[in-house]
Amino acid sequence: MVRGLLWILAAILLGGIVHLSTVLAMPRAAKQDAYSRLASLTPVNTMVPLAQPQTGAEIMPFMDPAFATAVCRYDLTGGSLKLTAPVSQAYTSVFYTRRSVAYYAINDRAAGRRTIELDLMTAAQHAQVPEDEEVTAADRLIIESPTTMGLIVLRALAPEPGLMSMARRTLAAATCGIQAAQ
Amino acid sequence: MRLLFGSCFTLLIAAAIGLGATWLTLTRGIAFGALTIGAWTAWPKSGSADIDPYARATIARTGELPTGMGDGIAFYAHTDDRGHAFDGRCTFSISGMTPPARYWTVTLYTPEGRLVANAIDRHGFTSEEIARDNDGRFTIAVAPLARSGNWLPTGGIEQFMLVWRLYDTAIGVATRTAKEGPMPAIERKGC
Repeated sequence: MVRGLLWILAAILLGGIVHLSTVLAMPRAAKQDAYSRLASLTPVNTMVPLAQPQTGAEIMPFMDPAFATAVCRYDLTGGSLKLTAPVSQAYTSVFYTRRSVAYYAINDRAAGRRTIELDLMTAAQHAQVPEDEEVTAADRLIIESPTTMGLIVLRALAPEPGLMSMARRTLAAATCGIQAAQ
Repeated sequence: MRLLFGSCFTLLIAAAIGLGATWLTLTRGIAFGALTIGAWTAWPKSGSADIDPYARATIARTGELPTGMGDGIAFYAHTDDRGHAFDGRCTFSISGMTPPARYWTVTLYTPEGRLVANAIDRHGFTSEEIARDNDGRFTIAVAPLARSGNWLPTGGIEQFMLVWRLYDTAIGVATRTAKEGPMPAIERKGC
């Protein structure tokens, strides 16, 4: 009787370990996460407009259909990335890691000027930026990406469906690209 | 013999408990730090680097990109205020006000996060386009058949959900009570 209880206790403990390890392993094992879904649709280090979500043809679940969306799928292996986006009304950009964790967001209000311009780099690349350069370029915005690969998602609100084409046009002017090593 | 039987039994039970618990938590979208106001629940931390392992696993599995914390906050509802599940064959009324935000959107999805086909190609409203009464309040009729005013079609599907996204808002991790952020009331009107 006692022995049976011990077996059950062991099973519960082991089950807990199985549960926690599968939860922790899931982000690595997932084949259909946002980055993988976009990998086949978007070239790397290029700003690409995404098709509007339509019934039965959504790229990702829970996309907000009121927004025009463009994605820069980045890979910083070859150097840091420059993002340039002319600011329009009701405009936002969110930065995601390779595993879909949002680590940074900037919108037109926070940018406070007509164009969002920023350099995205890994911590190692940031460490190599000469210090004096960082000081002289005081208004140069540098963002550190926690992962070498990831996603920048730009979105512009269409306040009503009729304004969607205008929202899509404002995103078309945004660019991203790898900067040559200095 | 008894030892062999015991360990096999233990391993089987352990696998069942472990995988079952993982499946349950990930399909139910369980995460820590929920902020519930009326029928609406948000997980502000899921849009930041502080995201917990459960939410991380859930978004990896579904393939969605969570609303970024600096960007806004997303509230999810699956039932009305009294707990009636959203059935696309019934009529629900959403009314009231929203917490202060620069703008918001409300969108109707299937429980898997897909849009629902309908004749007028409407999947939600933005704060800019919604019709309001004189004191700024609004009423949305979520119904299978056409209504006057703000009609959000359900397409007659068995189960739907609503996502209310507030952009550029102070509502977030520090919000504790509904007093700081009054979310719209949801009421089932009939089936």
